[in-house]
Formats: sequence, C-alpha cells, structure tokens
Amino acid sequence: MSKLLEVENLWVKFPTRNGVFDAVRGVSFSLGQERLGIVGESGSGKSMTGRAILRLIRPPGMVEADKLALEGEDLMGRSEKEMRKVRGQQISMIMQDPKFSLNPVMRVGKQIMEAYRLHYKVSKKEAKKKAMAMLEAVAIRDPERVYRMFPHEVSGGMGQRIMIAMMLIPDPKIMIADEPTSALDVSVQMQVLEIMDKLVKDRGMGLIFISHDLNLVSSFCDRVLIMYAGRVVETLPADKLHEAQHPYTRGLLNSLPRLDAPCERLEVLKRDPAWAIEESVSG
Amino acid sequence: MSGIEIEGLNVWFGEYEERVDAVKSANLSVPKGGSFGLVGESGSGKSTILRAIMGLAPTWSGKIDILGRAVEKPRSRDFYRAVQMVFQDPYASLHPRHSVDQVLSETLSLHGFSDIDKRISQLLDDVGLGPSFRFRYPHQLSGGQRQRVAIARALAPEPKILLLDEPTSALDVSVQAEILNLLTDLRAEHKLTYLMVSHDLAVVGHICQDIAVMQLGEIVETLSVEDMRAMKTTHHYTKHLLESSLQSAAG
Repeated sequence: MSKLLEVENLWVKFPTRNGVFDAVRGVSFSLGQERLGIVGESGSGKSMTGRAILRLIRPPGMVEADKLALEGEDLMGRSEKEMRKVRGQQISMIMQDPKFSLNPVMRVGKQIMEAYRLHYKVSKKEAKKKAMAMLEAVAIRDPERVYRMFPHEVSGGMGQRIMIAMMLIPDPKIMIADEPTSALDVSVQMQVLEIMDKLVKDRGMGLIFISHDLNLVSSFCDRVLIMYAGRVVETLPADKLHEAQHPYTRGLLNSLPRLDAPCERLEVLKRDPAWAIEESVSG
Repeated sequence: MSGIEIEGLNVWFGEYEERVDAVKSANLSVPKGGSFGLVGESGSGKSTILRAIMGLAPTWSGKIDILGRAVEKPRSRDFYRAVQMVFQDPYASLHPRHSVDQVLSETLSLHGFSDIDKRISQLLDDVGLGPSFRFRYPHQLSGGQRQRVAIARALAPEPKILLLDEPTSALDVSVQAEILNLLTDLRAEHKLTYLMVSHDLAVVGHICQDIAVMQLGEIVETLSVEDMRAMKTTHHYTKHLLESSLQSAAG
C-alpha cells in the first residue's frame, strides 16, 4: 500500500500567558488509501491534528513536525502560496457544521463551481455540468433546483452533502472530515456517511475521519487512533475496537449506555495523570 | 396521581397557508415519580411538547394537566416552582456575564426563598460541584460543569417535575455518563418526575421506564423499555430506529 500521507512527531503549540500550551504532542501516523478514524474527547487535539496537516494553524499558534509529507513531498517547507494549491486540490477538509462553512450570500451552485474553477481552467458551462454531476453523486434528487438555492434554504443534511460535493469536485487525494455528521440527525447521519464512504472508495482516496463517536468510527473506518491530551494513546483496527487494551479507551467504551445491557449506574471514566505523560503511539 | 397528563395536544406555528403543525393530537401520561422518554428525529416535535408544557409555545390546544391540575395561561409562579426545564446546550442557556452564584441566587430570590446562602451551597453540593465553583463565570467551566450548573438552577425552586431537553447531546461520552448518573441519583433523592427528550435511544433506555416514539409530529408508538429491549415493537418506524441504534452499538 502506497503511503499518501506521512506524519512524524507533529506538535501544535500555542503561547499563552502561563507558558506554551501544547495542543498536539508528538503525533505520528501514516495514511494509505484507507479510512483512518481519530477519536477523542473535546480538547484532545484531534481537530488540531487535522488542521495542522493543512497548515491551517494561524499565528501565534505554531506547528512543528519532523516529517509532514504528502506522497513523499514535504509540506512543512512550503510557502503559503504553494499551500493554497494543496488545499482543496490535493487535501480537502469538511467541517462540522455546514451552516458556518457555506457562504450565506452565494448560491449553492456557484460555490461548487467556484471550487472547481479555482483549480482547473475550464469554461463556466463545463464547470456547471461538472457541478450538476457532483450534486447528483451526493444523492441530491433535484440538482437543477438545489443549484439555484441559497444555503439557508437547504436542510442540514443537504448542506453537508453540498459541502461533500464541493470538497470532492477538485478530486483531492485525501479528505479530512472533521465531525462531518455531529450536527446532523441520526437517520440523516448514516445517509451522509454512506455517500461519503462510496465516493471515497470509488476514487481511491484516503480519508481521515475525526469524531468523538466511538461506535460511529468503529463501524465506518478501517483503523482508529485514540487521542488523549494531545497524544495518541492507542491505535487499533476498527473492528477490534471493543478489544482495546488502554484504560482510557476501555473507560470511554464502558461509559456508553447500552440498549442491550441495562445497568443501574454507568461507569465513570477515572483519569490517570500518567496517560497525559506517556509517549505517543505511532500508527 | 399522575405527574404529567397530556391529551389531544396540538401545537402549531404560523397562520393560514404558512401554518405548520408541529405536534398533532399527542397523548401521553407520566405517573408521579416516573420517567418518560420522547424519541424521534429532529423536527418530529419532541422538543415542542416540552416547550408547550413550559408555556414557551404560544399556540396550542388540547389538555395539559400537571400534578392533577390543568395548566393556566399564562403559567403562574407556582407552576414554575413545580416544573423546571434543563436545556440542550449549556453553552447557550447560561448567561455569560452572570456568575454561578448570581444565576442561582436570582432563581432562589424570584421564588421567595430566604436562606439563599445556605441553599446555594446545598445545590452545588447536590450536583457534585464544590464550593470553589460558586463565584465562577460560565467561561471558566467545562461543558459538563456548565450542565451541572444548569441542573442546579432547575433544582433551585425544589421542583417536582424536570423536563430534560437533550441534556447530554452537547457533551462528550465520558461526561455524558457522569451527568446521566447524576440525573439518576437526583431522581431517587428528590423523588422527581422526568420527561426527557433525546435522539439517542440508548440514553433514553438508560434513564426512562416508558418511551414514546415520535415521527412528523405524531406519537406513533408508546412502549416500555423492557419491550423496546426485547424488540417488541409494532410500528415499523420504531423498529427502524432500534435497528439503526443497535447496529451502531454492535460496531
């Protein structure tokens, strides 16, 4: 399996009044043509890892890494201008809430077209055709109508599908999905995931799926990294998630209420300060 | 005596051609001291039922009885002393420039309590926050701690009934477990009646004894938790919900 992305010893630091805060501490992993899940609680640094790969951490935040390479080519040394060519075209990112990531005063179709025309020199007519095809690919029934709509006129699930269409249209090699479904309903969630899964598989892309939902990740991904306090504490094949060894992962799994196993009280996660100091596991 | 008795409740928004029927002839009854769950996808009207009970939905018809008495319009202070609500998002439901102390003392003085100081310490203790949290502002608290403050505020007038609108959906799973345990303890301690809304069947199954499934503004099925666990459902939508949540739990 060829490696699409290699990350070695990634650190994200923010200077604060009380010294430097390390949001991500020495994370290493590699990504092939697979679906990699990153799970953890809020504040564990999972979103920061995703942003750091795209070099989207703004000063005063700092990103340091021994290696951050896309198909063997270094990303750390690139200028801002060169990074803009990577973002969207090679690595794209889907954010949590479509309400905040779509331009509210621009018709949906025009936004998708713009995403395509930014990276490919094609006529408007051709771009529109491509945008329509993309809307159809994300299972929007009436693309002609949706094309002319404004973001406030579409539902959350549809908005997220539009985002997926927009992110996939430049044909990137890697997609980073940061909690793509946590703003959506359970029933719509599965639908959006299925669409994303199918498109990623068909195009042979690599997917980094960031989520706090353990069950979702275990059913959807191939491999899972579990993050705690900026470190990767454990890495597992997704179908073996329920055989996790690390006490943190076990604690998270046990704290979920279960329909098939009722109990009086739920187990509460007891945090061990040692988890935060341990070495990061590479995955 | 029943805690909450609802018969033929309709809630709608807008008028004439813009009228949207959010809840259509809903019936449900929660015994005193019981706990009842409402599940369904967003837009199915489950939160609207809670809002109608609290008097936050302006247009409704039907019968709402609380502790054996019909609710008055507008709701009286006695009503709010008996019924309190915990909202979904603790980031939005607490005033950003009021400290925990202000939030709780305002509620207490509104309801005419005199020994406010003692009660605040007691309330913070009840929800598992120490006295050190008393003079903090919401931005100095984590999501779970904020939800504890919101629960403390709801408990301040010593209510008999708590309406819980997705109390844990904005929280991490580890914090969710803490809050669910807290809710279980508080119900046993204060003999509370719960009416809880959630989209998560596992959460509702943990807290509640009876469950109503809603779809498009209608209650399509009411069943006990034991029946739900045993998959004894008659309605296909309930079955669909159950299957999808069991599927994701099995991995």
